[in-house]
Amino acid sequence: MRQEGRFGEFGGVFVPEILVPALEQLEEAFLDAQKDAAFEEELQHLLKHYAGRPTPLYRCRNLCAETKTRIALKREDLLHGGAHKTNQVLAQALLAQRIGKRRIIAETGAGQHGVATALAGALFGLETRIYMGTKDMERQQPNVFRMRLLGAEVVEVSKGSCSLKDAINEALRDWATTFEHTHYLIGTVAGPHPFPLMVREYQRVIGREARAQIVAQEGRLPHKVLACVGGGSNAMGIFSDFVDDKSVALVGVEPAGHGMHTKAHGATLQRGKVGILHGARSLILQDDDGQVQESHSISAGLDYPGVGPEHAHLQATGRASYVGVTDEEALSAFSRLSREEGIIPALESSHALAHAIALAEAEPEREQLLLVNLSGRGDKDLEKVAEALSKRPEGTP
Amino acid sequence: MKDRYQELFQQLDARREGAFIPFIVLGDPNPERSLAIAKTLVEAGADALELGLAFSDPVADGPIIQAADNRALAAGMRQEHAWSITSKLREAYPDLPMGLLVYANLVEVRGANAFYAAAHEAGVDSVLIADVPSLEIDGYTAQAAAHEISLVMIATPAADERQLQAIARCGRGYTYVVTRTGVTGVDEDAQLCHGELIERLEGCGAPPAIFGFGISKPDHVRQALAAGAKGAISGSAVVRRIEAHLDDDEALHAELTSFVSKMKAATRQPAGGRSERPCH
Repeated sequence: MRQEGRFGEFGGVFVPEILVPALEQLEEAFLDAQKDAAFEEELQHLLKHYAGRPTPLYRCRNLCAETKTRIALKREDLLHGGAHKTNQVLAQALLAQRIGKRRIIAETGAGQHGVATALAGALFGLETRIYMGTKDMERQQPNVFRMRLLGAEVVEVSKGSCSLKDAINEALRDWATTFEHTHYLIGTVAGPHPFPLMVREYQRVIGREARAQIVAQEGRLPHKVLACVGGGSNAMGIFSDFVDDKSVALVGVEPAGHGMHTKAHGATLQRGKVGILHGARSLILQDDDGQVQESHSISAGLDYPGVGPEHAHLQATGRASYVGVTDEEALSAFSRLSREEGIIPALESSHALAHAIALAEAEPEREQLLLVNLSGRGDKDLEKVAEALSKRPEGTP
Repeated sequence: MKDRYQELFQQLDARREGAFIPFIVLGDPNPERSLAIAKTLVEAGADALELGLAFSDPVADGPIIQAADNRALAAGMRQEHAWSITSKLREAYPDLPMGLLVYANLVEVRGANAFYAAAHEAGVDSVLIADVPSLEIDGYTAQAAAHEISLVMIATPAADERQLQAIARCGRGYTYVVTRTGVTGVDEDAQLCHGELIERLEGCGAPPAIFGFGISKPDHVRQALAAGAKGAISGSAVVRRIEAHLDDDEALHAELTSFVSKMKAATRQPAGGRSERPCH
């Protein structure tokens, strides 16, 4: 390895020895590609003409209009594939081709990363296999169908918590056998080096665009940048170009599920302990004997007991802070954005939005500009939301 | 510091035998039965034991050992129970080399110092961390040495010079040679032609090579020794037998005794030195 892949005390390369050569090859290809103008040109071409970048920055007209808070949405929901995932998938697929892999595998929770990987597989003619937990296949049916339409094989994982964590385990086991011809296209800023670094760099485009757009539209930097955090890729993507802007607060929003006081949440940064999972030292939801615990969130994409190591570092250094939003609060934000702005957000992104609404309503007289990463669209969640809304008492927003 | 592995290899060399090392997950299917199973393995001829600590996310393991981890955890297995089992085994078998196979988070949760101290106290000789490759081993060497725990390291067929040097520098006890890609399992035909890797390991002064992954038949043991290994580890093939006899202790112990005896018998080499078997 050319680099250690550390973010303070977090990160590293904690994988079985057999996978080290594959990671070394990937790191080398990534670092070389970063300096290769032809690679960059091809990637930019795809991001623009295939995926639809740049995505708009839209300032809400109605949401929280009764307060002095302005909420600007970075519209990653409009990206091809329906979420920010496509940004880095296209880049990794190009890398996979560059190092001569003919097959790609990926894990998926909400199915957005799986869909993005499947469309890249179709585009580049790569054999594609997606691992997905049984529980997530049930709650994200439309995306399972999308992946299959795109020609990917979707493999059900019915082990452990039957969710994202176990899908990653299965993908790692596959890769340990197949790395010579297969690229493991990890969907977030977690995993062993170089994935956290590489995925962040390939998602950095979100923050780079958003920073220029908000300065052009509002004439200033935002007071706060908000993004939901599961593994943490959309948050690292929008945070990274603001890290050096010390006046800008970076706020990650974790799934508080049924509440932070319960065990049914996925608030790894706030409730986790230092540990090693899926290739990196980071924070983990675990018991006192080192066994990884099941997380909970209404949104499959945030339902993960680990988190990318750079978030653990940003929290430890105080550069970013992390808060929790419950299933209920996320549902309310989902409904409100749909009704007040005509935008149906993903349940994942609804967590970030819910926190923005809470900030606005807590201090209605405070003039503040909030930048929210609307990381995905909510089509995949309609069934889940219809079910959840039908159980709520009448009159709840 | 008493090096039980070194003593074992010397004795086996004198008897012209290789080592047969079965693997089980501690606490599978529950702590009491697991202790009895370990004793049966030793009584049937195991030269050493490799013992897994159950983990919720064993990414280096195939379905058979994953299921064993799940059984142990479902039976309430915790690290303190593992120490209790190894302490009893140490009492019963003062000279038996005992190694642990663990995942990094199980070490991390109490810190490497506390973990190695507890392992040493409980009679353990060596620890192999499945998801700590040679790149990360420097975070563990001093703590292991401080508590007289041998760090067992993995050598892969694709090992480069850096990896071999790390094994020579930090590896103790034995070198676990992973003979193929993938995760643990039971192979019909194992490819055990790693004579060149063994020569490279010997050349750089690494601890003796033991083959693992997929080894399930006496012929695999013979092939491993023929390639120059000091012995062979068999995990999934043992655990599969436990899984198949969960309801019948008597049949389980008879089956394990028979399996271990056959595998051990295959380590006894005919006169004439290292046999040269054709490799495909």
